[in-house]
Amino acid sequence: MNFRGTSQTMSAGIDLENVCCDFGTFRAVDNANVSIRPGEFFSFLGPSGCGKTTILRMVSGFIEPTQGVIRIGGEDVRGKRPNQRPTALIFQNLALFPLMPIWENITFGLEVRGVDKASRRKRAEELLQLVDLPGAAEKMVSQLSGGQKQRVAIARALAVEPQVMLLDEPLSALDLKLRQHMRAELRAIQQRTGVTFIYITHDQGEALAMSDRVGVMSQGRIQQIADPREIYNNPVNGFVASFVGENNIFKGEVQQAADGMASFSTPHGTFRARLGDLGGRDGKLYVRPEHTVISVAAEAENSVPVTITDVSFEGNFITVHATGDSGIHLTAEIRNDGSATMPDRGTRAYMAFDPARAAILPDANVRG
Amino acid sequence: MQDLLRRYGPGLTLIMGLMVAFWLLMLVIIPNMTLFEQSFRPYLPVREVGGPNDTYSLDNYLKVFDGTIERSFLGFTFQIPVHVLTFWLTIWYSMVVTVICFFMAYPLAYYMAKIVNPRSLPTLILLLFIPLWVSEVLRAFAWWIILAFRGPLNWLLLNLGLIEDPIRWTNMGYTGVVIGLIYTYVLFMLFPIYNAIQSLDTNQIEAAEDLGAPWWKIHWRIVLPHSKPGIAAGSVMVFMLSAGSLLVPSILGSTTSQWFTQTINQWFNDALDWNTASAYAFLLLLLCTLFVSLAMWVFRVKLSDIAK
Repeated sequence: MNFRGTSQTMSAGIDLENVCCDFGTFRAVDNANVSIRPGEFFSFLGPSGCGKTTILRMVSGFIEPTQGVIRIGGEDVRGKRPNQRPTALIFQNLALFPLMPIWENITFGLEVRGVDKASRRKRAEELLQLVDLPGAAEKMVSQLSGGQKQRVAIARALAVEPQVMLLDEPLSALDLKLRQHMRAELRAIQQRTGVTFIYITHDQGEALAMSDRVGVMSQGRIQQIADPREIYNNPVNGFVASFVGENNIFKGEVQQAADGMASFSTPHGTFRARLGDLGGRDGKLYVRPEHTVISVAAEAENSVPVTITDVSFEGNFITVHATGDSGIHLTAEIRNDGSATMPDRGTRAYMAFDPARAAILPDANVRG
Repeated sequence: MQDLLRRYGPGLTLIMGLMVAFWLLMLVIIPNMTLFEQSFRPYLPVREVGGPNDTYSLDNYLKVFDGTIERSFLGFTFQIPVHVLTFWLTIWYSMVVTVICFFMAYPLAYYMAKIVNPRSLPTLILLLFIPLWVSEVLRAFAWWIILAFRGPLNWLLLNLGLIEDPIRWTNMGYTGVVIGLIYTYVLFMLFPIYNAIQSLDTNQIEAAEDLGAPWWKIHWRIVLPHSKPGIAAGSVMVFMLSAGSLLVPSILGSTTSQWFTQTINQWFNDALDWNTASAYAFLLLLLCTLFVSLAMWVFRVKLSDIAK
């Protein structure tokens, strides 16, 4: 029962092939295709009810897919119960066993496998060391704080040496500071153990900060699978763009398209921007507030005359709200480098953006 | 009390206080104290009551040790007072009833709490309760009919080919009594366990399964420990009600089954010796309480757990 330490062995990849899951007439997961690599930290990101937890429960074996195949380490796991799969699930409420001391909680999976008490006890100490919680072995669950319980849950899942760890919003019950600390902790444990992590969250900050790759979901469909930078910088549709960050959105029509760029005519002016894959659907123009600049004079292109309506100082940046002459509401964020000045309310100015930083995207990819 | 006064005013509070006092005093304390006091006095002709012979003693209690009979058990032959034997058999078969009730109630309670569709739960509970709307006497007689020599149970078993000759169920020692008591009191086991299991977070069951536990291990390590207070509450109720039941043993008892309550009843109604009857009744109460306390100590259950 030696702990794997830093080795990258034993972790398994997971493949979902055309996986669908129906609850009655409701399709919770619609045709999910994703290939998660061994040792990868993969997050499913989406609002509640988007089907991400259903995917997790299908991988862990509590729900069988209505259609499609799930492979863990290349092996089709159809019909296998959760206790026969090489996965360990960390529940949203952690589901620690309150009637057992911490060390029995952690080694419950080993007890089930018939490991003798002395080795289990020793293993519990090792795992408590790993999750930075030494000396808690004899305590009861109720004596621990939220963050400590979190670590026990991780240790309990690691004890069975899973090839895949499944985490169902495990940080959502913690306060902000602890959550940020546990993010780093989780990432470190993942890298130390080399186990494949599948992480479920509705918090885009969490997903972007921790993951190797992120799958953004909406209404049962995977919208985009990419690394966090790609997700944020090049979202494939409006849903992804809006879910992972703020946007100024223009409605309008594509006029001329060439070399991946297009001009986009709106009631607020005609703009040039990158043209996303519209697939025959209507598009909207999305540009992030931090890519929107404020200037006194009109820029050569993509410039909107505005009146500044509100300015709020957020610390590391300044948010400027403005209303365009044609009535549109726009937001710009100025990075606070220590010398940034705050524009006055009521000031006339122009808000502009670089065509390369704006994109014309379709709405979410949903059934229709 | 302050709270009551503020909320309902002095008049209503007084009435409520008086009603509680009436309940406690007239329905609990006075009747029991009267019997308790009587149990230490001899059974005398009316004109000697209050005379020089009417003195307190433990004679009535010591009557349980009168009249020994010979019994053999596991190859040992020994002398045992007949009422002590009745008492131990009452305790023993009440335990049997309790254990069987547990094994019947636990799977059903688990099914109701964790498996059945919540929408069909009310129907299920209704079906379980309907028999309780019928008088206990009728239910006991119903079983008397079911267990009869030419009754439906024998008919069924004969036709299924499970037995070759009909069985005299109600003349097989305590069989009839045990069946009747189980039927009468099993719901008192079911609902406390159901409540206990229902309060268990389903994620814990799933977590145990996810960690590789087979179903029996999940029950042994997760569900059973969690439902222990419910099991204890159900067991105490079924045990005490069974040991204290008079009706079921009277109707479904055989010639060789004697329940301790029947002995008490005989002192009251046949011997008309209320003093000895009271002594026996208090003995039953005291010893059953002791026995339950002992069982709770063995299984490490606290009274406060049960009260929940």
